[in-house]
Amino acid sequence: MSRIIGGVATTHVPSIGKAIAEKKQNDPYWKPFFRGFDYVHYWLAREKPDVAVVFYNDHGLNFFLDKLPTFAVGAAHEYRNEDEGWGIPVSRSIAGDPALSWHIINGLVADEFDVTMCQDMLVDHAVTIPMALMYPGEKWTVRIVPISINTVQHPLPSLSRCLKLGRAVGRAVESYPENLSVMMVATGGLSHQLDGERAGFINKEFDQLCMDKLAGEPETLARYSIHDWVEEAGAQGVEFLNWMAMRGALTGQVNEVHRNYHIPISNTAAATVVYENRVQADRKAA
Amino acid sequence: MKQDIPGTIVFDGEQAQKGFALNRMCYSFNSAANRAAFLQDEEAYCRKFGLTKEQRAAVKARDVLAMIAAGGNVYYLAKLAGIFGLNVQDIGAQQTGTTVDEFKAKLAAAGR
Repeated sequence: MSRIIGGVATTHVPSIGKAIAEKKQNDPYWKPFFRGFDYVHYWLAREKPDVAVVFYNDHGLNFFLDKLPTFAVGAAHEYRNEDEGWGIPVSRSIAGDPALSWHIINGLVADEFDVTMCQDMLVDHAVTIPMALMYPGEKWTVRIVPISINTVQHPLPSLSRCLKLGRAVGRAVESYPENLSVMMVATGGLSHQLDGERAGFINKEFDQLCMDKLAGEPETLARYSIHDWVEEAGAQGVEFLNWMAMRGALTGQVNEVHRNYHIPISNTAAATVVYENRVQADRKAA
Repeated sequence: MKQDIPGTIVFDGEQAQKGFALNRMCYSFNSAANRAAFLQDEEAYCRKFGLTKEQRAAVKARDVLAMIAAGGNVYYLAKLAGIFGLNVQDIGAQQTGTTVDEFKAKLAAAGR
């Protein structure tokens, strides 16, 4: 059976892609952010996941507003990145795991999450930048299953719904008969707002609350309405929906083993967190 | 729901309907050839996508708040801004009526 080893959550700001291309990791502006990945690299080298399930939001590369799914699951052999119009270098393609994707899709629909199924799916910076941060030099040693959550066009799914989606993904992965080591990845956030007279809004106190509660008490955060989340975390701070889904997919006892938080990267409060999921230990103990 | 968070227009169904033509044009800027076509003949390019009078005026004036009022979504508008070499600090400064340096200082101050 497959095993969920834990999760990594990180900001996916496009300018990180430029900073990587220009090798600015040690510049004073960037260093406080990039050094937060030293532990992630150590953790990935130790845990060696086979597959990453990546909860993210598309920003108008694969999906336009003409047909916008609330939840979409990739089921491709390979995921390509393309020009997004922002001058970020195009990333190397990332291998998929269609058999696992279909297993997750089957599990989700059986669990009443009627997702959009994508056999051909471009992935934007919200997948490629976290991947490049975790695997420097685009040396992917994992396959991915991307799961896109609409954080762009309201009505958005609720925080509670995303937590439940994650739980359903977690159940599906754990029932997969192959002996895979799987990590959950969430991208985006934390607080930021790009649009309107409130552009530049960042809420450090609220971000701290989110990180403090996510491992042990995600239900506390799931009670917020989307409206209140926009108010507290900024219009694009709703990318936390990806974090909620990732947390939901960690089905065992969850421990935060790493946290890095830095303001600002671009217009965003940048955060990187690693969670361990102690499922096997619990079962052995029981 | 829309106006009750100060300085924030929630991109909901009403905005999405209003902004469809503008956002569709911006979506086309994923392609380098389309970005070049826009730069070559902005008027014709906007006409092709059927921008409303309000949207056309906002694009012509490079006025981000007016584009948002006309239904523009910031992720799509960012692709247009990129054509002019503007990043999210530049458009943040424009929307908040500050200089780019002041806007960056405000961001940095949020971390203290």
